[in-house]
Amino acid sequence: MALAALRREGRRFAPMISPHPITALRSSPLAPSLEDEGPIGVRYISTQVVRNRMKSVKNIQKITKAMKMVAASKLRAIQTKAENSRGLWQPFTALLGDLPSADVKKNVVVTISSDKGLCGGINSTSVKISKGLHKLNSGPEKETKYVILGEKAKAQLIRDSKKDIELIITELQKNPLNYTQVSVLADEILKNVEYDALRIVFNKFHSVVSFVPTVSTVLSPEIVEREAESGGKLGDLDSYEVEGGETKGEILQNLAEFQFSCVMFNAVLENACSEQGARMSAMDSSSRNAGDMLDRLTLTYNRTRQASITTELIEIISGASALEG
Amino acid sequence: MLRRASMLLACRPILAARARPFSTDLPAAPSADATFTEAWTKVIPNMDPPKTPLSFMQPRPPTPSSIPSKLTVNFVLPYASELATKEVDMVIVPATTGQMGILPGHVATIAELKPGVLSVHEGSEMTKYFVSSGFVFIHANSFADIIAVEAVPLDRLDVNLVQKGLAEFTSKLSSATTDLEKAEAQIGIDVHSALNSALTG
Repeated sequence: MALAALRREGRRFAPMISPHPITALRSSPLAPSLEDEGPIGVRYISTQVVRNRMKSVKNIQKITKAMKMVAASKLRAIQTKAENSRGLWQPFTALLGDLPSADVKKNVVVTISSDKGLCGGINSTSVKISKGLHKLNSGPEKETKYVILGEKAKAQLIRDSKKDIELIITELQKNPLNYTQVSVLADEILKNVEYDALRIVFNKFHSVVSFVPTVSTVLSPEIVEREAESGGKLGDLDSYEVEGGETKGEILQNLAEFQFSCVMFNAVLENACSEQGARMSAMDSSSRNAGDMLDRLTLTYNRTRQASITTELIEIISGASALEG
Repeated sequence: MLRRASMLLACRPILAARARPFSTDLPAAPSADATFTEAWTKVIPNMDPPKTPLSFMQPRPPTPSSIPSKLTVNFVLPYASELATKEVDMVIVPATTGQMGILPGHVATIAELKPGVLSVHEGSEMTKYFVSSGFVFIHANSFADIIAVEAVPLDRLDVNLVQKGLAEFTSKLSSATTDLEKAEAQIGIDVHSALNSALTG
Protein backbone atom coordinates (compact mmCIF):
# COMPACT_ATOMS: atom_id res chain seq x y z
CA MET A 1 0.00 0.00 0.00
CA ALA A 2 2.73 2.45 0.99
CA LEU A 3 4.79 1.64 -2.06
CA ALA A 4 1.79 2.22 -4.35
CA ALA A 5 1.30 5.66 -2.77
CA LEU A 6 5.00 6.38 -3.25
CA ARG A 7 4.70 5.35 -6.86
CA ARG A 8 1.87 7.83 -7.42
CA GLU A 9 3.96 10.56 -5.76
CA GLY A 10 6.87 9.59 -8.02
CA ARG A 11 4.75 10.02 -11.10
CA ARG A 12 3.83 13.52 -9.98
CA PHE A 13 7.48 14.45 -9.30
CA ALA A 14 9.13 12.99 -12.35
CA PRO A 15 6.77 12.91 -15.33
CA MET A 16 9.69 12.65 -17.78
CA ILE A 17 10.86 9.23 -16.80
CA SER A 18 9.50 6.46 -18.96
CA PRO A 19 7.21 3.92 -17.32
CA HIS A 20 9.23 1.09 -15.84
CA PRO A 21 9.24 -2.21 -17.66
CA ILE A 22 6.70 -4.55 -16.20
CA THR A 23 7.89 -7.68 -18.04
CA ALA A 24 9.84 -8.82 -15.02
CA LEU A 25 6.87 -8.32 -12.74
CA ARG A 26 4.42 -10.26 -14.89
CA SER A 27 6.30 -13.53 -14.35
CA SER A 28 6.68 -13.12 -10.63
CA PRO A 29 3.82 -14.43 -8.54
CA LEU A 30 4.17 -11.61 -6.06
CA ALA A 31 1.37 -9.07 -6.29
CA PRO A 32 2.74 -6.22 -4.14
CA SER A 33 4.80 -3.71 -6.01
CA LEU A 34 8.55 -4.20 -6.13
CA GLU A 35 9.37 -0.66 -7.05
CA ASP A 36 11.11 1.75 -4.83
CA GLU A 37 11.91 5.40 -5.05
CA GLY A 38 15.55 6.41 -5.06
CA PRO A 39 16.96 9.94 -4.84
CA ILE A 40 16.17 12.36 -7.74
CA GLY A 41 13.41 10.08 -8.99
CA VAL A 42 15.68 7.22 -10.11
CA ARG A 43 13.55 4.13 -9.82
CA TYR A 44 14.91 0.66 -9.23
CA ILE A 45 13.07 -2.55 -8.67
CA SER A 46 13.72 -4.04 -5.26
CA THR A 47 14.68 -7.68 -4.95
CA GLN A 48 14.12 -7.66 -1.19
CA VAL A 49 10.83 -9.51 -1.20
CA VAL A 50 12.12 -12.32 -3.39
CA ARG A 51 15.26 -12.56 -1.34
CA ASN A 52 13.26 -12.88 1.89
CA ARG A 53 11.16 -15.58 0.36
CA MET A 54 14.21 -17.48 -0.81
CA LYS A 55 15.75 -17.34 2.66
CA SER A 56 12.64 -18.72 4.31
CA VAL A 57 12.23 -21.52 1.75
CA LYS A 58 15.87 -22.50 2.20
CA ASN A 59 15.37 -22.69 5.96
CA ILE A 60 12.31 -24.86 5.51
CA GLN A 61 14.29 -27.15 3.24
CA LYS A 62 17.02 -27.49 5.87
CA ILE A 63 14.48 -28.29 8.58
CA THR A 64 12.68 -30.93 6.54
CA LYS A 65 15.98 -32.55 5.59
CA ALA A 66 16.94 -32.71 9.25
CA MET A 67 13.56 -34.20 10.17
CA LYS A 68 14.05 -36.86 7.52
CA MET A 69 17.44 -37.79 9.00
CA VAL A 70 15.97 -38.00 12.48
CA ALA A 71 13.11 -40.19 11.25
CA ALA A 72 15.58 -42.45 9.44
CA SER A 73 17.64 -43.01 12.57
CA LYS A 74 14.55 -43.65 14.71
CA LEU A 75 13.30 -46.09 12.09
CA ARG A 76 16.53 -48.04 12.15
CA ALA A 77 16.33 -48.36 15.92
CA ILE A 78 12.77 -49.59 16.01
CA GLN A 79 12.81 -51.72 12.88
CA THR A 80 14.93 -54.49 14.38
CA LYS A 81 12.56 -54.67 17.36
CA ALA A 82 9.52 -54.92 15.10
CA GLU A 83 11.06 -57.64 12.97
CA ASN A 84 12.01 -59.65 16.03
CA SER A 85 8.48 -59.43 17.37
CA ARG A 86 6.97 -60.77 14.18
CA GLY A 87 7.25 -64.33 15.36
CA LEU A 88 5.06 -63.54 18.35
CA TRP A 89 1.59 -63.60 16.79
CA GLN A 90 2.18 -66.44 14.35
CA PRO A 91 1.66 -69.32 16.81
CA PHE A 92 -1.69 -67.85 17.81
CA THR A 93 -2.87 -67.59 14.23
CA ALA A 94 -1.61 -71.12 13.59
CA LEU A 95 -3.66 -72.41 16.52
CA LEU A 96 -6.76 -70.28 16.48
CA GLY A 97 -6.86 -69.22 12.86
CA ASP A 98 -8.00 -65.81 11.80
CA LEU A 99 -11.70 -65.00 11.74
CA PRO A 100 -12.22 -61.38 10.83
CA SER A 101 -15.72 -62.18 9.64
CA ALA A 102 -16.89 -63.67 12.93
CA ASP A 103 -20.35 -62.46 13.76
CA VAL A 104 -20.38 -61.05 17.25
CA LYS A 105 -22.51 -58.72 19.32
CA LYS A 106 -19.90 -56.59 21.02
CA ASN A 107 -17.13 -55.39 18.74
CA VAL A 108 -14.27 -53.29 19.97
CA VAL A 109 -12.07 -51.57 17.41
CA VAL A 110 -8.62 -50.69 18.73
CA THR A 111 -7.16 -47.99 16.50
CA ILE A 112 -3.43 -47.44 16.71
CA SER A 113 -2.10 -44.11 15.49
CA SER A 114 0.74 -41.71 16.12
CA ASP A 115 0.91 -38.78 18.48
CA LYS A 116 2.91 -36.49 16.24
CA GLY A 117 1.92 -35.26 12.82
CA LEU A 118 3.75 -34.71 9.54
CA CYS A 119 3.73 -38.40 8.81
CA GLY A 120 1.78 -38.59 5.59
CA GLY A 121 -1.57 -40.33 5.36
CA ILE A 122 -1.18 -43.33 7.64
CA ASN A 123 -3.35 -42.01 10.46
CA SER A 124 -6.17 -41.09 8.10
CA THR A 125 -5.98 -44.58 6.60
CA SER A 126 -6.27 -46.19 10.02
CA VAL A 127 -9.24 -44.03 10.93
CA LYS A 128 -10.96 -44.78 7.62
CA ILE A 129 -10.51 -48.51 8.15
CA SER A 130 -11.83 -48.20 11.72
CA LYS A 131 -14.90 -46.38 10.52
CA GLY A 132 -15.30 -49.01 7.80
CA LEU A 133 -15.21 -51.78 10.40
CA HIS A 134 -17.76 -49.90 12.47
CA LYS A 135 -20.05 -49.75 9.47
CA LEU A 136 -19.42 -53.38 8.57
CA ASN A 137 -20.34 -54.56 12.05
CA SER A 138 -23.38 -52.42 12.61
CA GLY A 139 -26.66 -54.21 12.87
CA PRO A 140 -29.79 -54.61 14.98
CA GLU A 141 -28.21 -56.09 18.11
CA LYS A 142 -24.60 -55.35 17.43
CA GLU A 143 -22.54 -52.49 18.75
CA THR A 144 -19.04 -51.28 18.03
CA LYS A 145 -16.89 -49.32 20.43
CA TYR A 146 -13.55 -47.61 19.87
CA VAL A 147 -10.38 -47.74 21.92
CA ILE A 148 -7.96 -45.14 20.62
CA LEU A 149 -4.19 -45.11 20.95
CA GLY A 150 -2.57 -41.87 19.81
CA GLU A 151 -3.52 -38.25 19.44
CA LYS A 152 -4.11 -38.19 15.72
CA ALA A 153 -6.87 -40.79 15.66
CA LYS A 154 -8.41 -39.17 18.71
CA ALA A 155 -8.66 -35.84 16.91
CA GLN A 156 -10.36 -37.44 13.92
CA LEU A 157 -12.71 -39.84 15.69
CA ILE A 158 -13.81 -37.51 18.43
CA ARG A 159 -15.55 -35.34 15.88
CA ASP A 160 -18.27 -37.74 14.79
CA SER A 161 -18.05 -40.85 16.96
CA LYS A 162 -17.64 -39.29 20.39
CA LYS A 163 -20.25 -41.44 22.09
CA ASP A 164 -18.71 -44.69 20.83
CA ILE A 165 -15.25 -44.06 22.27
CA GLU A 166 -14.49 -46.10 25.36
CA LEU A 167 -10.85 -45.41 26.09
CA ILE A 168 -8.23 -42.97 24.82
CA ILE A 169 -4.53 -43.57 25.42
CA THR A 170 -1.89 -41.07 24.34
CA GLU A 171 1.85 -40.50 24.76
CA LEU A 172 2.61 -44.11 24.15
CA GLN A 173 6.11 -43.52 22.80
CA LYS A 174 7.36 -41.32 25.59
CA ASN A 175 9.50 -44.20 26.81
CA PRO A 176 10.91 -46.75 24.39
CA LEU A 177 8.32 -49.38 23.62
CA ASN A 178 8.61 -52.60 25.57
CA TYR A 179 6.46 -55.60 26.24
CA THR A 180 5.77 -54.82 29.90
CA GLN A 181 4.27 -51.44 29.06
CA VAL A 182 2.10 -52.90 26.32
CA SER A 183 0.90 -55.78 28.49
CA VAL A 184 -0.15 -53.35 31.22
CA LEU A 185 -2.01 -51.38 28.56
CA ALA A 186 -3.68 -54.54 27.26
CA ASP A 187 -4.68 -55.41 30.80
CA GLU A 188 -6.31 -52.00 31.24
CA ILE A 189 -8.25 -52.38 28.03
CA LEU A 190 -9.44 -55.88 28.89
CA LYS A 191 -10.51 -54.78 32.35
CA ASN A 192 -12.50 -51.77 31.29
CA VAL A 193 -14.09 -52.82 28.05
CA GLU A 194 -16.61 -55.59 27.49
CA TYR A 195 -15.87 -57.36 24.28
CA ASP A 196 -16.73 -60.34 22.16
CA ALA A 197 -14.19 -59.52 19.49
CA LEU A 198 -11.28 -57.11 19.51
CA ARG A 199 -10.19 -55.79 16.15
CA ILE A 200 -6.83 -54.09 16.15
CA VAL A 201 -6.27 -51.68 13.26
CA PHE A 202 -2.70 -50.69 12.47
CA ASN A 203 -0.30 -50.12 9.59
CA LYS A 204 1.97 -53.04 8.96
CA PHE A 205 5.48 -52.10 7.95
CA HIS A 206 6.60 -53.72 4.71
CA SER A 207 9.32 -51.36 3.60
CA VAL A 208 10.31 -47.73 3.89
CA VAL A 209 7.82 -46.81 1.19
CA SER A 210 5.05 -49.34 1.76
CA PHE A 211 2.72 -49.60 4.76
CA VAL A 212 -0.26 -51.91 4.57
CA PRO A 213 -3.33 -51.28 6.73
CA THR A 214 -4.05 -54.48 8.62
CA VAL A 215 -6.68 -55.67 11.03
CA SER A 216 -5.98 -58.43 13.56
CA THR A 217 -8.90 -60.09 15.30
CA VAL A 218 -8.79 -61.47 18.84
CA LEU A 219 -11.91 -63.32 19.93
CA SER A 220 -13.10 -63.72 23.47
CA PRO A 221 -13.01 -67.29 24.89
CA GLU A 222 -16.79 -67.71 24.66
CA ILE A 223 -16.81 -66.88 20.98
CA VAL A 224 -13.84 -69.20 20.43
CA GLU A 225 -15.83 -72.02 22.04
CA ARG A 226 -18.84 -71.19 19.95
CA GLU A 227 -16.87 -71.19 16.72
CA ALA A 228 -15.09 -74.41 17.70
CA GLU A 229 -18.41 -76.15 18.32
CA SER A 230 -19.95 -74.97 15.09
CA GLY A 231 -17.01 -76.41 13.14
CA GLY A 232 -15.43 -74.61 10.24
CA LYS A 233 -12.07 -72.97 10.78
CA LEU A 234 -11.74 -73.63 14.47
CA GLY A 235 -13.34 -77.07 14.27
CA ASP A 236 -10.25 -78.99 15.30
CA LEU A 237 -9.66 -76.87 18.38
CA ASP A 238 -11.56 -79.46 20.39
CA SER A 239 -9.00 -82.08 19.45
CA TYR A 240 -6.42 -80.18 21.48
CA GLU A 241 -6.05 -81.47 25.00
CA VAL A 242 -5.75 -78.82 27.59
CA GLU A 243 -3.17 -79.38 30.28
CA GLY A 244 -3.48 -77.88 33.68
CA GLY A 245 -5.97 -75.51 35.13
CA GLU A 246 -9.31 -76.50 36.54
CA THR A 247 -11.37 -76.01 33.44
CA LYS A 248 -10.72 -75.54 29.78
CA GLY A 249 -12.41 -72.17 30.02
CA GLU A 250 -9.81 -70.87 32.44
CA ILE A 251 -6.95 -71.76 30.11
CA LEU A 252 -8.77 -70.26 27.14
CA GLN A 253 -9.29 -67.07 29.09
CA ASN A 254 -5.57 -66.80 29.84
CA LEU A 255 -4.85 -67.65 26.25
CA ALA A 256 -7.10 -64.87 24.92
CA GLU A 257 -5.48 -62.31 27.20
CA PHE A 258 -1.98 -63.43 26.27
CA GLN A 259 -2.89 -63.37 22.59
CA PHE A 260 -4.21 -59.84 22.89
CA SER A 261 -1.08 -58.53 24.57
CA CYS A 262 1.22 -60.25 22.04
CA VAL A 263 -0.75 -59.02 19.04
CA MET A 264 -0.89 -55.51 20.54
CA PHE A 265 2.87 -55.48 21.07
CA ASN A 266 3.56 -56.40 17.49
CA ALA A 267 0.92 -53.97 16.20
CA VAL A 268 2.30 -51.04 18.20
CA LEU A 269 5.84 -51.69 17.00
CA GLU A 270 4.77 -52.07 13.36
CA ASN A 271 2.76 -48.87 13.54
CA ALA A 272 5.70 -46.99 15.02
CA CYS A 273 7.91 -48.21 12.17
CA SER A 274 5.29 -47.19 9.62
CA GLU A 275 5.03 -43.78 11.24
CA GLN A 276 8.76 -43.16 10.96
CA GLY A 277 8.87 -44.47 7.41
CA ALA A 278 5.94 -42.30 6.36
CA ARG A 279 7.52 -39.30 8.01
CA MET A 280 10.75 -39.97 6.10
CA SER A 281 9.00 -40.00 2.74
CA ALA A 282 6.81 -37.00 3.64
CA MET A 283 9.82 -34.93 4.65
CA ASP A 284 11.73 -36.10 1.61
CA SER A 285 9.04 -34.93 -0.81
CA SER A 286 8.76 -31.72 1.19
CA SER A 287 12.49 -31.00 0.80
CA ARG A 288 12.25 -31.75 -2.89
CA ASN A 289 9.32 -29.36 -3.28
CA ALA A 290 11.22 -26.71 -1.36
CA GLY A 291 14.17 -27.25 -3.70
CA ASP A 292 11.93 -26.79 -6.75
CA MET A 293 10.43 -23.67 -5.25
CA LEU A 294 13.89 -22.33 -4.57
CA ASP A 295 14.90 -22.89 -8.20
CA ARG A 296 11.86 -21.01 -9.47
CA LEU A 297 12.47 -18.15 -7.03
CA THR A 298 16.12 -17.95 -8.07
CA LEU A 299 15.06 -17.49 -11.68
CA THR A 300 12.60 -14.79 -10.68
CA TYR A 301 15.27 -13.12 -8.58
CA ASN A 302 17.74 -13.06 -11.46
CA ARG A 303 15.15 -11.74 -13.88
CA THR A 304 14.17 -8.98 -11.44
CA ARG A 305 17.78 -8.09 -10.85
CA GLN A 306 18.59 -7.92 -14.58
CA ALA A 307 15.43 -5.94 -15.26
CA SER A 308 16.42 -3.33 -12.66
CA ILE A 309 19.92 -3.08 -14.14
CA THR A 310 18.44 -2.64 -17.61
CA THR A 311 16.06 0.04 -16.34
CA GLU A 312 18.90 1.96 -14.74
CA LEU A 313 20.95 1.79 -17.90
CA ILE A 314 18.04 2.97 -20.05
CA GLU A 315 17.38 5.88 -17.78
CA ILE A 316 21.02 6.91 -17.70
CA ILE A 317 21.43 6.60 -21.46
CA SER A 318 18.21 8.34 -22.32
CA GLY A 319 19.10 11.08 -19.85
CA ALA A 320 22.56 11.44 -21.43
CA SER A 321 21.17 11.47 -24.99
CA ALA A 322 18.56 14.06 -23.94
CA LEU A 323 21.38 16.33 -22.71
CA GLU A 324 23.38 15.95 -25.93
CA GLY A 325 20.68 16.15 -28.53
CA MET B 1 21.41 -41.16 2.34
CA LEU B 2 20.68 -43.37 -0.63
CA ARG B 3 22.97 -46.03 0.78
CA ARG B 4 21.04 -46.01 4.03
CA ALA B 5 17.73 -46.16 2.25
CA SER B 6 18.86 -49.08 0.12
CA MET B 7 20.19 -50.82 3.24
CA LEU B 8 16.80 -50.41 4.90
CA LEU B 9 15.10 -51.80 1.83
CA ALA B 10 17.45 -54.77 1.81
CA CYS B 11 16.64 -55.60 5.45
CA ARG B 12 12.96 -55.99 4.65
CA PRO B 13 11.78 -59.37 5.89
CA ILE B 14 10.56 -61.90 3.38
CA LEU B 15 7.61 -63.10 5.44
CA ALA B 16 4.91 -61.92 3.04
CA ALA B 17 3.47 -64.88 1.19
CA ARG B 18 3.26 -62.91 -2.01
CA ALA B 19 7.07 -62.56 -2.02
CA ARG B 20 7.22 -66.13 -3.34
CA PRO B 21 6.57 -65.84 -7.06
CA PHE B 22 6.28 -69.43 -8.24
CA SER B 23 4.91 -71.29 -5.27
CA THR B 24 2.70 -74.15 -6.29
CA ASP B 25 0.95 -74.31 -2.94
CA LEU B 26 -1.24 -71.32 -2.21
CA PRO B 27 -1.31 -69.76 1.23
CA ALA B 28 -3.69 -71.52 3.64
CA ALA B 29 -6.99 -71.10 1.83
CA PRO B 30 -8.20 -67.72 3.05
CA SER B 31 -11.85 -68.65 3.15
CA ALA B 32 -12.46 -66.51 6.21
CA ASP B 33 -10.72 -63.74 4.37
CA ALA B 34 -12.99 -64.25 1.37
CA THR B 35 -16.16 -63.72 3.41
CA PHE B 36 -14.55 -60.73 5.07
CA THR B 37 -13.43 -59.14 1.80
CA GLU B 38 -16.85 -59.73 0.26
CA ALA B 39 -18.67 -58.21 3.20
CA TRP B 40 -16.26 -55.29 3.17
CA THR B 41 -16.60 -54.53 -0.55
CA LYS B 42 -20.38 -54.61 -0.22
CA VAL B 43 -20.49 -52.06 2.57
CA ILE B 44 -17.48 -49.92 1.70
CA PRO B 45 -16.89 -50.12 -2.04
CA ASN B 46 -14.42 -47.26 -2.28
CA MET B 47 -11.64 -48.59 -0.08
CA ASP B 48 -9.50 -51.67 -0.37
CA PRO B 49 -10.16 -54.06 2.50
CA PRO B 50 -7.41 -54.21 5.11
CA LYS B 51 -5.13 -57.20 5.18
CA THR B 52 -5.41 -59.82 7.90
CA PRO B 53 -2.65 -61.80 9.59
CA LEU B 54 -3.56 -64.91 7.60
CA SER B 55 -2.12 -63.36 4.46
CA PHE B 56 1.21 -62.80 6.17
CA MET B 57 1.73 -66.25 7.52
CA GLN B 58 3.43 -69.16 5.90
CA PRO B 59 1.07 -72.12 5.96
CA ARG B 60 1.80 -75.06 8.19
CA PRO B 61 2.17 -78.53 6.71
CA PRO B 62 -0.78 -80.87 7.27
CA THR B 63 -0.70 -83.80 9.68
CA PRO B 64 1.44 -86.55 8.16
CA SER B 65 0.15 -90.12 8.20
CA SER B 66 3.19 -91.54 10.00
CA ILE B 67 4.97 -90.03 12.98
CA PRO B 68 7.86 -87.85 11.77
CA SER B 69 11.30 -88.39 13.19
CA LYS B 70 11.92 -84.86 14.34
CA LEU B 71 9.95 -82.26 16.23
CA THR B 72 9.84 -78.78 14.68
CA VAL B 73 10.06 -76.16 17.36
CA ASN B 74 9.28 -72.43 17.24
CA PHE B 75 10.41 -70.74 20.41
CA VAL B 76 9.44 -67.06 20.40
CA LEU B 77 9.84 -64.20 22.83
CA PRO B 78 8.56 -60.65 22.48
CA TYR B 79 12.07 -59.50 21.61
CA ALA B 80 13.37 -62.27 19.45
CA SER B 81 12.64 -65.62 17.90
CA GLU B 82 15.01 -67.86 19.77
CA LEU B 83 14.31 -70.91 17.65
CA ALA B 84 12.46 -70.70 14.38
CA THR B 85 11.34 -73.97 12.79
CA LYS B 86 14.25 -75.84 14.29
CA GLU B 87 14.18 -79.61 14.05
CA VAL B 88 14.96 -81.23 17.38
CA ASP B 89 14.53 -84.59 19.04
CA MET B 90 12.80 -83.59 22.26
CA VAL B 91 11.78 -80.57 24.27
CA ILE B 92 11.00 -80.54 28.00
CA VAL B 93 8.77 -77.66 29.07
CA PRO B 94 7.76 -76.55 32.57
CA ALA B 95 3.97 -76.81 32.30
CA THR B 96 1.74 -75.95 35.24
CA THR B 97 1.20 -79.68 35.78
CA GLY B 98 4.94 -80.32 35.94
CA GLN B 99 7.78 -80.97 33.53
CA MET B 100 6.31 -82.15 30.25
CA GLY B 101 8.37 -83.88 27.60
CA ILE B 102 7.38 -83.35 23.97
CA LEU B 103 8.41 -85.89 21.36
CA PRO B 104 7.46 -86.09 17.69
CA GLY B 105 3.95 -87.45 17.37
CA HIS B 106 2.74 -85.95 20.65
CA VAL B 107 -1.00 -85.48 20.87
CA ALA B 108 -2.25 -81.98 20.15
CA THR B 109 -2.17 -79.99 23.37
CA ILE B 110 -2.45 -76.48 24.72
CA ALA B 111 -0.55 -76.00 27.95
CA GLU B 112 0.23 -73.03 30.13
CA LEU B 113 3.77 -72.69 31.43
CA LYS B 114 4.95 -71.83 34.92
CA PRO B 115 8.39 -70.42 35.79
CA GLY B 116 10.93 -73.15 35.25
CA VAL B 117 13.57 -74.67 33.05
CA LEU B 118 13.02 -75.41 29.40
CA SER B 119 15.47 -77.77 27.76
CA VAL B 120 15.90 -78.48 24.08
CA HIS B 121 17.52 -81.79 23.15
CA GLU B 122 19.13 -82.06 19.75
CA GLY B 123 21.18 -85.21 19.23
CA SER B 124 23.65 -85.18 22.07
CA GLU B 125 23.52 -81.49 22.90
CA MET B 126 21.09 -79.88 25.29
CA THR B 127 20.31 -76.19 25.68
CA LYS B 128 18.60 -74.98 28.83
CA TYR B 129 16.66 -71.77 29.29
CA PHE B 130 14.87 -70.38 32.31
CA VAL B 131 11.39 -69.39 31.22
CA SER B 132 9.22 -66.97 33.17
CA SER B 133 5.84 -68.07 31.85
CA GLY B 134 3.93 -68.46 28.64
CA PHE B 135 2.11 -71.01 26.57
CA VAL B 136 3.00 -74.01 24.51
CA PHE B 137 0.91 -75.29 21.62
CA ILE B 138 1.63 -78.75 20.28
CA HIS B 139 0.03 -79.41 16.94
CA ALA B 140 -0.82 -82.73 15.42
CA ASN B 141 1.78 -82.32 12.68
CA SER B 142 4.66 -82.40 15.21
CA PHE B 143 5.03 -78.66 15.34
CA ALA B 144 5.53 -77.14 18.77
CA ASP B 145 5.07 -73.42 19.37
CA ILE B 146 6.49 -72.15 22.64
CA ILE B 147 5.66 -68.54 23.45
CA ALA B 148 7.35 -67.18 26.53
CA VAL B 149 7.45 -63.73 28.03
CA GLU B 150 11.09 -63.95 29.15
CA ALA B 151 13.70 -66.62 28.67
CA VAL B 152 17.34 -66.54 29.65
CA PRO B 153 20.04 -69.17 29.30
CA LEU B 154 20.87 -70.56 32.72
CA ASP B 155 24.45 -69.34 32.79
CA ARG B 156 23.26 -65.74 32.79
CA LEU B 157 21.62 -66.08 36.21
CA ASP B 158 23.34 -64.86 39.38
CA VAL B 159 22.86 -67.11 42.42
CA ASN B 160 23.32 -64.36 45.00
CA LEU B 161 20.71 -62.11 43.45
CA VAL B 162 18.29 -65.03 43.33
CA GLN B 163 18.76 -65.71 47.05
CA LYS B 164 18.35 -62.03 47.86
CA GLY B 165 15.19 -61.81 45.79
CA LEU B 166 13.72 -64.87 47.46
CA ALA B 167 14.36 -63.45 50.93
CA GLU B 168 12.92 -60.10 49.89
CA PHE B 169 9.70 -61.55 48.56
CA THR B 170 9.26 -63.86 51.56
CA SER B 171 9.44 -60.86 53.85
CA LYS B 172 7.02 -58.99 51.61
CA LEU B 173 4.53 -61.82 51.83
CA SER B 174 4.61 -61.81 55.60
CA SER B 175 4.12 -58.05 55.72
CA ALA B 176 1.48 -57.94 52.96
CA THR B 177 -1.94 -56.59 53.90
CA THR B 178 -4.10 -56.47 50.77
CA ASP B 179 -4.86 -59.43 48.53
CA LEU B 180 -3.07 -57.72 45.64
CA GLU B 181 0.14 -57.36 47.62
CA LYS B 182 -0.11 -60.94 48.79
CA ALA B 183 -0.59 -62.17 45.22
CA GLU B 184 2.36 -60.13 43.97
CA ALA B 185 4.61 -61.38 46.76
CA GLN B 186 3.49 -64.95 46.10
CA ILE B 187 4.35 -64.62 42.41
CA GLY B 188 7.77 -63.28 43.35
CA ILE B 189 8.36 -66.21 45.68
CA ASP B 190 7.27 -68.72 43.01
CA VAL B 191 9.60 -67.32 40.39
CA HIS B 192 12.56 -67.01 42.70
CA SER B 193 12.22 -70.48 44.16
CA ALA B 194 11.96 -71.87 40.64
CA LEU B 195 15.11 -69.93 39.74
CA ASN B 196 16.78 -71.35 42.82
CA SER B 197 15.91 -74.93 41.99
CA ALA B 198 16.96 -74.36 38.38
CA LEU B 199 20.38 -73.22 39.46
CA THR B 200 20.94 -75.85 42.11
CA GLY B 201 19.12 -78.83 40.55
